[in-house]
Amino acid sequence: MSDASMTRSGLTLAAIAAVCTTLVALTFQLTDERIDANRQAWLEQSLQPVLAGVSFDSGIIDSQLTFPSPNALPGAGDAIIYRVYSAGAPAAALFVVSAREGYSGPIKLLVGVDADGAVTGVHVLEHRETPGLGDQVETGKSDWATQFRGRSLGDPVSAGWAVRRDGGEFDQLTGATITPRAIVKAVRETLEYYAENRILVFGVSGDPAPPDEVSR
Amino acid sequence: MNRIAERFRDGLWRDNPGLVQLLGLCPLLAVTTTFVNGLGLGIATLSVLVVSNGLVSATRRWIRNEIRIPIYVLIIASLVTCTELIFKAWFPALDRSLGIFIPLIVTNCAIVARAEVFASRNPVGSSIVDGFVMGTGFALLLVTIGAFRELVSMVWLLALLPPGAFFSLALAIAVKNAIDGRRGEKREDAVPQPTRLVR
Repeated sequence: MSDASMTRSGLTLAAIAAVCTTLVALTFQLTDERIDANRQAWLEQSLQPVLAGVSFDSGIIDSQLTFPSPNALPGAGDAIIYRVYSAGAPAAALFVVSAREGYSGPIKLLVGVDADGAVTGVHVLEHRETPGLGDQVETGKSDWATQFRGRSLGDPVSAGWAVRRDGGEFDQLTGATITPRAIVKAVRETLEYYAENRILVFGVSGDPAPPDEVSR
Repeated sequence: MNRIAERFRDGLWRDNPGLVQLLGLCPLLAVTTTFVNGLGLGIATLSVLVVSNGLVSATRRWIRNEIRIPIYVLIIASLVTCTELIFKAWFPALDRSLGIFIPLIVTNCAIVARAEVFASRNPVGSSIVDGFVMGTGFALLLVTIGAFRELVSMVWLLALLPPGAFFSLALAIAVKNAIDGRRGEKREDAVPQPTRLVR
């Protein structure tokens, strides 16, 4: 190829890339708001099942608390927490966290922890894991995520908080170890965070009125 | 008029991307567990195919042979990203159930095959028709297999599992070939025609 034709090809490529990028940017602008709203609706819809077995008499959604990044919870951005109370006493907290070490990108999780530090439920909100292998962590695809229910930091003790292949007590999935490993780690880190910051999560211990702002 | 009818016959039956050319089998086998999933991915693939054929054809005079493949990839990838955003915004439940297969439309070779074989050497109008016809052929196959597997799974769960996907596709191809055989069409029409895909 001569220099001139190479320049022409380069310019054609650049022009088409610019047009395509504009197209994607415009679509993003158009859909961004709705996508956020859908994501929030899906989150709110998933809150209740994660609280299975917990009795509470307060609203969930209005109890939202945002811990600005950086924080010690697994995941990169701001951490979102919901709290529920029973007769004014803390009943459970729900953490929206991200398992960072998924097979293809972060896995967004909802982890419910009761007042005593036991898991009430784990629900995968978003992921890009391999269909048929890693995606079995989804609640609708298999009951893998139910094995966390009732477990806490003392049950199993710390070395047990890993998949079986790593000497722990949690099942991996056939053909997919990385996805479960990432989720087990994120759930453990959430429990550890809760154990250390229980007062921060529920405001003043036992006080149903959440503090307006929490900074670390 | 006859030519359009002929094109539909090609896309839906004689040259069906899934049944005859056997292109795009990965999404075809993986998502056709229900009628709705088949329909969702079918419509997504159809829209990408129509617009990509249109764009490839509209730009065909400026595109040099050496850089055509990266340009097809750019165009198809952008369209798929837009489709994914649109699904996330307006059909969130369908998007969750199709999951990664919406972004994976990028890798559906039926789309790049139509760009290369048809849109790069035909005018815009007929390229759009070609995209529509081929996309419809693919979508109808997805819907048929999805509905079939959903129904059979009520009595036989295997239909929902991966082997069920292969059996269902094999059955669909067998039925097509049987019908062709009975009609006494030429043998070549019933077998894949790879020579049509290479330049």
